[in-house]
Amino acid sequence: MNRELRRVSLVIMAMFAALFVSSTAIQFGFADSLNNDPRNVRTLYDSYKTKRGAILVQGQPIAQSVQTADAYHWQRKFQGPMYSAVTGFYSNLQGTSGLEQSLNTYLNGQNSSQFFEQLNATLSGNPVSGASVETTINAKVQKVAYDALGNLKGAVVAIEPSTGKILAMVSKPSYDPNLLAVHSNTDAQANYNKLLADPGNPLINRAVTGTLYAPGSVFKIIVASTALANGYKPTDTFPNPAKFLLPGTSTYIYNSGEGKCGGKPRVSIADALRFSCNIPFAQLGLALGQDKIRQQAELFGFGKKVSVPISVTPSTYPSGMDDAQTALSSFGQFDDRVTPMQMAMVSAAIANGGKLMSPTLVNYVQSSTLSILNQTVPSQLATPVTQEVADGVKQMMIGAVSKGVSSNGQIKGVEVAGKTGTAQNGGNLPYTLWFTGFAPANNPKVAVAVVVEDGGGMGQSGFGNLLAAPVARKVMEAVLNK
Amino acid sequence: MASRLDKLTNPATLATESLGRIVRIVPRSRNLESLLLAFALGLNIFELAQIQLSDLAKLRSDIWVYFLPIAVFAVAIHLVLRLKASDADPLMLPVTVTLNGLGVAEIYRLDLASIAAHSTQLFGFKQVIWSCVAMAAAALVIWFVPSHLFLRRFIYISMVVAAALLLSPMLPGIGKSINGARLWIGIGGFTFQPGELAKIALTIFFAGYLVSRRDSLTLVGRKVFGVQLPRARELGPILVVWAASLGVLVLQRDLGTSLLYFGLFLVLIYTATGRSIYVVVGMGMFVTGALVAGRLMTYVSGRINSWLDPFNPVYYNAIGGSYQLAQGNFGLAHGSLLGTGLGGGLPQLVPLAESDFIVSSLGEELGLAGLFAIFLLYLLLVSRGIRIGFTHNDDFSKLLATGLSFVMALQTFIVVGGVTRVVPLTGLTTPFLAAGGSSLVANWIIVALLLRVSDTAGGNTGQVQL
Repeated sequence: MNRELRRVSLVIMAMFAALFVSSTAIQFGFADSLNNDPRNVRTLYDSYKTKRGAILVQGQPIAQSVQTADAYHWQRKFQGPMYSAVTGFYSNLQGTSGLEQSLNTYLNGQNSSQFFEQLNATLSGNPVSGASVETTINAKVQKVAYDALGNLKGAVVAIEPSTGKILAMVSKPSYDPNLLAVHSNTDAQANYNKLLADPGNPLINRAVTGTLYAPGSVFKIIVASTALANGYKPTDTFPNPAKFLLPGTSTYIYNSGEGKCGGKPRVSIADALRFSCNIPFAQLGLALGQDKIRQQAELFGFGKKVSVPISVTPSTYPSGMDDAQTALSSFGQFDDRVTPMQMAMVSAAIANGGKLMSPTLVNYVQSSTLSILNQTVPSQLATPVTQEVADGVKQMMIGAVSKGVSSNGQIKGVEVAGKTGTAQNGGNLPYTLWFTGFAPANNPKVAVAVVVEDGGGMGQSGFGNLLAAPVARKVMEAVLNK
Repeated sequence: MASRLDKLTNPATLATESLGRIVRIVPRSRNLESLLLAFALGLNIFELAQIQLSDLAKLRSDIWVYFLPIAVFAVAIHLVLRLKASDADPLMLPVTVTLNGLGVAEIYRLDLASIAAHSTQLFGFKQVIWSCVAMAAAALVIWFVPSHLFLRRFIYISMVVAAALLLSPMLPGIGKSINGARLWIGIGGFTFQPGELAKIALTIFFAGYLVSRRDSLTLVGRKVFGVQLPRARELGPILVVWAASLGVLVLQRDLGTSLLYFGLFLVLIYTATGRSIYVVVGMGMFVTGALVAGRLMTYVSGRINSWLDPFNPVYYNAIGGSYQLAQGNFGLAHGSLLGTGLGGGLPQLVPLAESDFIVSSLGEELGLAGLFAIFLLYLLLVSRGIRIGFTHNDDFSKLLATGLSFVMALQTFIVVGGVTRVVPLTGLTTPFLAAGGSSLVANWIIVALLLRVSDTAGGNTGQVQL
C-alpha cells in the first residue's frame, strides 16, 4: 500500500503547489493590476491615509494636502485656476487628471523608487508620505501667459529650447480644481456636472489634449524644413499666380487676405514663408511629395506618443492623400491636426539648432525624507533637422517677424523668429489663430506656441498676427525680462 | 566513545538504560507537544493583542474571552493524550490549535469591523463556543475510542449514519437552503451542516469496506486496448458512490461537497487496490456527470463563468455572480507580500469574509508570507496524517488515516483553490479557520481520530518520530 501512499502524497503536494502558485500570482504577480482596478476601493481608502505630496512651482505649492478632521484625513488644496492645465484635478469622486494623474504613484508614495519609505511605513505601521514634485514652470511666465490669453479660448505653451523644460502651460477657459477636490460627494458631483456642461469645456487641457487644431500656416515651418533638408534653398522660387487650381479638381485656392503675395509672378520660399503665401507652398508640397513631408513631421514628433509626463495627444499629418489634398495639407489645411505642445516643440527644435529636447514639466521628484527620487536630465528626443537646415528656417522665421506678416511678434531690441497661422475650419466656422516662434533668435531662451480658438471671438475676421502673436510676444518678454 | 560502547555491551547497563529510556521516552512526545502548544497559544494571544491594539488602540480585558477557553481545552486535550494516547503524534494538536486560534482571532477582528459599522452580525464569540464544543468532542473521542481497531466494528453503521447525515438536509421541515445550497439542517435557531460529519462516517465506511473487499477488487477483468479493466461487478460500489456524489451535486446544489466525497473515495480505492484504472474511470465518470449537470443547471455554469472571468463586468454585476470572488482577490492583492497586519486591512469588504472567504481575509492582513505559513501548517497536519498511513501495520488504520488526512487536504484545496481561482468557487469551509460549528466539530474529530490511530502507528515503538 505504501507505493500507492507515495503517489497520494504526490497528489497532495501537487494540490498545495497549485495553491502556492495561485496565491503568489494574485498577491504578487497580478497584484498591481488588481490594486489598480477601480472596483478595488482599498487602494482609494489607502490613498486617503497617505499625505499626498505637493506639486511645486519654484518651491511654492500649487497643489498640496492639508490635514482635516474628516474621514478623508487630508484635503487637497489648489492654487486656483491658473495652474489647472499643469496640476489637473484630484477628486475622490472623479479620479485625477494632469500631473495628479501622471505622477500619482510618486505623489501617493507607491512608486517603486520609494521602496525605503514604504518599508519604513510597513514596519512602523504609519502610512507612507508621498513625494513632492518640483515642476519646471516659471511662475512669472505662467502668470503672464494666463493673463495675456485673457478671456480668449485657447492655449499657451512655452519651452526652454536647450533643455525641453516647459516654462508655462496654460489652457483657457480654465477651472478651479478645488471645486472637484471637495470631500462632499454631492458637491463634487454638482461642480463636476457644471464644469462638464460649460460650453467652454474648461476640463479639456487644450495645450496637450482635446480635439487638436488645424495648424494653418504654422505648418509651413515643417514644409520649409522638408524643402531645405531636400536640397532646396530659401531663394528657390515658385510660380505665384493669383489663383491656383487644385490638381484633379475644379477648386481654386488663393493666397490669404493678410498676405502680400500678389505682386510678383514668382516668389522665393523665404518670401513665401515671410508673407505666408499659400500657392507657392502648395506647389512646394506637391514637388516634395507627401511622404517626405510626413517623414519630416514625424521627426518633429507627429504621430508619436510624447508624455511630459502628461500624455500629449499625437499630432497627425494625413496619409494616402491625392494631389489636391497634399497641396492643401502643405499649408496646414485638409486633415493636418496639431497640439500647441507639438508646435512649440517644432519651434524649440529649430531654435536649438535642429535638436529636439524631450519636453517635460518635471524638474525633480523629492521624497518626504528629502532625497531626490527623480531628477530630470535634459535629453534629446530627436534630431528633426540639421544645424544647417535649422539655421535656414530660422532666418526665414526671423524675416516673417521682422519684415513679414508675423510682425506682432516683434520685441524691441530682441530678434524674434516666428510664424503666424490662421487656419480655416470649413464653412462659416471661425478661424483658429496661431503664433509659434522663439527668442532671442541668435541665442534662444524660449520657444512658444499660442493657439486662439473660435477666431478669438471675431469669427472669420480675426487672424494670427492680430490675436495670437501679441500673447506670444508677452510670454517671450516675460522669459527675457523685458 | 569507548565508555559508551562499554556501557552498551554491558548487559546490566543495557537493561537499566532501556528501562530508563521507556520511563523517559514515553512522555517525550507529549513534552514536545506541550512546548509547541505553549508556542501556539502564545502566538494566539499575540494575534489577539495585535488586533485590539490596531483596531481599538488599546488592550481590553475581553481579550481573555477569545483566548482562555481555547487555551483551557487545548491543555485538556493534551492531558487526555498524556493519559490515553501518550505515543500519539506530537505535532497535530499544536498545529490544529494554531489554526483554530488564528481563525478565532481573524473572526474577532471582523467582528470589530462589524461593530464599527453598527452591525449586530457577530461571529467571534460563537466561534469560541463552537471551538470548545469541538475540542471537547475531540477529547471524548480520544478518551472513549480505545484503539484503532475499535472503529472497524462500526463499518456498516457508519454507512447508515453517513447516508442519514447526507440525506437529512433534504428532509422537509429541518432541511435548509443557504445561498442556494441545501447543505444545512436547522432546528430552532440553530443550524448545522451534517455533510461535515458525514465525511468522517464515509471515511470509516470506505476504509472498512475496501479493506474487506480489496482482494476481489484487485481481480482483473478483460483487457481492452492493453488496459486491464476491473470486472463489471466490481464497478458496482464505484457506481453507487458516483450516483450519490452526483445526487449531492444535483439535489443539494453543491459541487464542492460532491467533489470532496468522490475524491475521497477514489483515493481510498486506489490506495487499497493499487489500481489506477479506478481513478481514471472514476474521474471520467465524475467529469462527465458534472459537465452534464453544468449544462442542465444554471448555477453550475454561473460558477464556472465567475471562475474563468471574475472581473468581467457582466459576471461581476450579476446577482450571485463573481463580485465576492473578485473582491476577495482584490483583498489578497491589497495584502501583497507582507500583508497589512492583523487589523490593518479591509477584509470586511468581502461578503462572508468570516467564513467562505476567511482565507482572503487572512491573506490580506498577513500577506503572501502569512498565507504560505498557513498552507504549510495544513501541509504539516496532512503529512503527519499520511505518515501514520505509511507506518501503521494495520491496513484498516492505514486507509483510515489516509482517508481522513486526504479529506482535509482536498477540502483545503477546494476552498482555497476556489478563492484563489484554481478551481470554481464552492460552498465548503476552510478547516479550523472558517466560522462555523459543524466544520470545527468534524475537523477536530478527524484530528482526534488521527491522534488515536497515531498512538499505535509504527509498531508502538514509543519512539519520538519526527
